[in-house]
Amino acid sequence: MKLWLARRRYLIDFTLLALARRKTRNLGLLLVYTVLVFMLASVTLYSHALRQEAARVLANSPEVIVQRMVAGRHDLIPPGYIEKIGRIRGVQTREARLWGYYYDAVTRANYTFMVPAQGAPAAGEIVVGPALERSRGLAKSNGISFRSYSGKLHTFVVADVLPQASELVSADLVLMSEESFRAFFDYPAGHYTDIALSVANPLEVRNVALKLAAALPDARPILRDEVLRTYASIFDWREGIVLALLSAAILAFGILAWDKASGLSAEEKREIGILKAIGWETGDVIKMKFWEGLLVSLTAFLLGFVAAYVHVFHFAAALFEPVLKGWAVLYPRFQLTPQIDGLQVATLFFFTVVPYAAAVLVPIWKAAITDPDSVMRW
Amino acid sequence: MIELHAIRKAFNQGRENELWALDGIDLHIEAQKVTALRGPSGSGKTTLLTLVGCLARPTEGRVRLAGEDISGLPECFLTEIRRRRFGFVFQQFNLIKGLSALDNIILPAYPTGRPRKQLLERAEELLARLKLGHRRAAKVEWLSGGEQQRVAICRALINDPELLIADEPTANLDTHLAKEFMAILEGLAGEGRSILLSSHDPLVTESDVVDRVVEMRDGRIVDER
Repeated sequence: MKLWLARRRYLIDFTLLALARRKTRNLGLLLVYTVLVFMLASVTLYSHALRQEAARVLANSPEVIVQRMVAGRHDLIPPGYIEKIGRIRGVQTREARLWGYYYDAVTRANYTFMVPAQGAPAAGEIVVGPALERSRGLAKSNGISFRSYSGKLHTFVVADVLPQASELVSADLVLMSEESFRAFFDYPAGHYTDIALSVANPLEVRNVALKLAAALPDARPILRDEVLRTYASIFDWREGIVLALLSAAILAFGILAWDKASGLSAEEKREIGILKAIGWETGDVIKMKFWEGLLVSLTAFLLGFVAAYVHVFHFAAALFEPVLKGWAVLYPRFQLTPQIDGLQVATLFFFTVVPYAAAVLVPIWKAAITDPDSVMRW
Repeated sequence: MIELHAIRKAFNQGRENELWALDGIDLHIEAQKVTALRGPSGSGKTTLLTLVGCLARPTEGRVRLAGEDISGLPECFLTEIRRRRFGFVFQQFNLIKGLSALDNIILPAYPTGRPRKQLLERAEELLARLKLGHRRAAKVEWLSGGEQQRVAICRALINDPELLIADEPTANLDTHLAKEFMAILEGLAGEGRSILLSSHDPLVTESDVVDRVVEMRDGRIVDER
């Protein structure tokens, strides 16, 4: 055991010496590989965190939303419609909601105007999202005017600003009272935008949706899970777009690293011959070179991953933010909750460290199994 | 010590450029003697050294080491024999660049797993004996030809081998350094170490240190003295 350990130690010593001897080459390789891991890890970490963020924010949204359809388009909920839903087993609450979009020509952005279920501001007051606060330079108690679609100017006082934590979905939000909302949009009395239902048992949600579809053939039930899936696929799509855009660079980096790793220089081949001639076993030579490759790729993986973590969670993924987030004209500014998915890390590790180690191994194996007598003929 | 019987060695066998480098060698290399293989370039000296040193296997014939047939042993056994029983001094020295003289010297001992302290003591002892102590930390590419050869000799002796094999040891040295090498050789022979070398340098083959000269030509032994 002691002998085995001593041999391993000598092997590691020599590996480190070998790495230090080819400093420029190995540092270059390390840099290229770190950048490669950094790019891939940034995209995956960021997309994963966004998906998680969306799921976290939507966790409090209603399980089912009912929209009325006319000619295949979303229409207002007429008076008495909510009563038609009747009593459906499993539905805890029914709530008619008021919300709509408003295009602000000043910031050239769309806002979502909404009447909250509870704690609505007083008439003439609004609560704004953090992005709106920034883009219009608003603060609490400031006044702001919006020209409605009918051409009338409406002035509101900012009663509050929504917390930063929910910015991903509340960036462009403007909360107001029912009275202000109806006056601003000329919304007919008794009409609503949609109906939100809360269902306690997640297994009941699909049944509730089926019953709704049967009771109200002109309605479209939208399930929270579907919304979450939509968000997930949007982020998946964006992630795919970024990776597709980066693929050329990643491929170029990959080829360079592979070439550097798999190409043995004449000097390295000569060294392998010498080591074998002076009594090193083929296995020792292969192990030594394998450790060399593993050390480079593992260090690159760790450096690249840590750099990506810092980039995503401390610098808000500044490099990929516009494409990956691309939320609206008003980019939400928010701190993502650090999330690391074990499977994602393992996948990244498998696709970066393993191919590199393999790329190193094949030429070494080829060189190491050649007869050591070649060393006599140099 | 080593017996070679009906040895033949072919390169590129079965191809158009097939070459029989050795063609029927019978030789007994005695222990505690200095044996020199002499002959022109292409006579098969180096090939014979590789077979004796277990760096290659013969195409035909038997190699016996202390009575044991080693010509058919698998690579790992040959490596073990090479490491424990032979020390090599190559014509081009074949030191590993970027490493110090000391690191080069202890390289053959790594697979033995001997304690580092013991290895360093042995290396220092060899460096002192070959008057190289002051160059222990110098990278080998900074050393002169003579110093590089002495480092190569130290490396060959680190595992205390029974047989020292040297291929054209004076080919890259001037007369002064070649004489220095012969002095070292004399010291090693004086300790009773077995030495096998190849050379066509008269300074080596006609030296009193050499006990036996084997004359080779076209892969055969043509004369002996």
